[in-house]
Amino acid sequence: MLNYTIRRLMMAIPTLLMISFIIFLLLDLAPNDPTGNLPMTITPEVREKIKISLGLDQPIHIRYALWLNQFFINEPLNIMAEWGWVAENPDRLRVRSWATRSPVVDLIVERTPQTLWVVGMAFVVGILIAVPLGVISAYKHYSWFDQMGTFISMVGFSVPTFLTGTVLIVIFSVYLGWLPSIYDTTHEVTDFGSFWHQVKQMIMPVMVLGLFNASQISRFMRASMLDNLSQDYVRTARAKGMKERVVLLIHVLRNSLIPVITVIALLVPQVFGGAIITEQIFKVNGLGQLLILGIQGADIPLVQTLTFIFAVLIVFCNLLADILYAIMDPRIRYD
Amino acid sequence: MTDATANTTNNTAGEAIGEHRSMWGDVWAQYSTHRGAMVGTVIFGLIVLAVLIGPFLHTIDPSYIDIRAKNQGSSWAHPMGTDQLGRDTFAQVLSGGRVSMAVGITAMLLSLVIGALIGVLAGYFKRLDGPLMRFTDLFLALPLLPLLLVIIMLFRDTLRKNFGPETGIFILVVFVIGITSWMQTARIVRGDVLALKEREFVLAAKSIGTDERRIISRHIFPNILSPIMVSATLGIASAIITESALSFLGLGFPSDFPTWGRLVYDGVVFLEQYPSRVLWPGLAISLTVLSVNYMGDGLRDALDPRIRGR
Repeated sequence: MLNYTIRRLMMAIPTLLMISFIIFLLLDLAPNDPTGNLPMTITPEVREKIKISLGLDQPIHIRYALWLNQFFINEPLNIMAEWGWVAENPDRLRVRSWATRSPVVDLIVERTPQTLWVVGMAFVVGILIAVPLGVISAYKHYSWFDQMGTFISMVGFSVPTFLTGTVLIVIFSVYLGWLPSIYDTTHEVTDFGSFWHQVKQMIMPVMVLGLFNASQISRFMRASMLDNLSQDYVRTARAKGMKERVVLLIHVLRNSLIPVITVIALLVPQVFGGAIITEQIFKVNGLGQLLILGIQGADIPLVQTLTFIFAVLIVFCNLLADILYAIMDPRIRYD
Repeated sequence: MTDATANTTNNTAGEAIGEHRSMWGDVWAQYSTHRGAMVGTVIFGLIVLAVLIGPFLHTIDPSYIDIRAKNQGSSWAHPMGTDQLGRDTFAQVLSGGRVSMAVGITAMLLSLVIGALIGVLAGYFKRLDGPLMRFTDLFLALPLLPLLLVIIMLFRDTLRKNFGPETGIFILVVFVIGITSWMQTARIVRGDVLALKEREFVLAAKSIGTDERRIISRHIFPNILSPIMVSATLGIASAIITESALSFLGLGFPSDFPTWGRLVYDGVVFLEQYPSRVLWPGLAISLTVLSVNYMGDGLRDALDPRIRGR
């Protein structure tokens, strides 16, 4: 198991390197001028000197190596220095946002928890809804419950998240006035009342993403349950006189969950994409909103780092799913 | 006597034609029993018709500003009301639908071409399989929406300058959606090609000296049409959703050349006063995508020989 995990981890490194190279190349080849935002009064000669001082006259592989060095060595050291693990070193460079002048990593560290909370809760909600729905739909195949469930899940992943979000705001914030439409990140949980407020402001963003997840997962859950229900081992279990509940919930459900894990892993990029949209709708100040702000302000260092962070999160989630897969299904580990 | 024989032969021939079942006939027979797919086809057909013919029947110019008729509700003159500048929402939804559909279909075609090409190459040529599939996996691990946003941010102005504001953004959006959505098609096609390559008819074609280009185009390609068709339908749906998501984030089409997503984006500002301005274009997107997804479901069942036999 440990071997498998280590091998999988090693495989993630070239993937991340390639992704970082694509992102670097994309921003490097883009036809825009990094000195374009400076005042018009600066003469062209000075502009050239500014470009040289920014290191833009170096060949591309050197700039990429410097960027990698900055990203994988300097920035982690900076974070550790902030936590007091290593000594502060004022010579160590920091990637700074062009718009806010603060280090990009600080901005990201500040905003990651909100995004991870919303995305994580959305997965929990999605799985909690999808698994029972898929199991009952498959068990009562062609019943009205199955037909309703299939229709609702079809609607769930056809309706774009930005529409579900706005419709929920119209219903629950505008007409009913039950839930706040704006997520207040400065809110601190101190007692039960403030905890309740936190729950209330999280309901809508989490539900928007959660319902999208649930509709995707439940389709695969149902298909996988149907595959397993017609297998011989189910008949054997029934013939042995096992209770229907045991057959369904222990034998079939456990086997059906295995392919569903892969689906969940493949959903991760979509959900992070969805998180960008939900954060925009509910004004959650997470990574997605930061990315949109960066893009609107053409803040290249911020955008570059954030895109890469999203890639890291996706690769990491895929890794997690693969390892989970290997734990659930011993046939997967061929070592 | 001769007449009688001729008659009987004619009859048997006629019967044989009557009983003759083509593959596409079977596919249609199965497709038409799928209730969701049929309803989806009808609704999708209606939307396409409305978008194509609608502007000729509902002749208000979508960009005509009638400031005195601003923020109106539904009426006979304005079936979906008007926006804050008095532009007719129905006309905007119709013309926005044209753009959304055009983007969806072109982006789908692009992603199909890339996906089928990579899938066939990877499945047929063993040497290319490894590198091409690693490449596909790499694309699957990319954070697509952030990358799309970044590409649009970086290249928008250049393309607009070179091709004009509308064509430029159209090319850009179609291109970025196309090159980021081919991976599933490539994987499915590769799997099918791997299986087909070992079949006897390919061996037969090889043994009579058919060159590889012809084997692929005459023997392999017709047999992978069904997974490609299913990907095509589902591809339209996802391209429409991606385009509207980009427009919703303010990075798609400009608001004087709106798509459905852009109309939602423009309407969100007035969400509390006039929610209908968001709901109409939103409904159009959802209905289109829903019906296309149902069509894809029906098509998948109809093209699957294991299900079709029953």
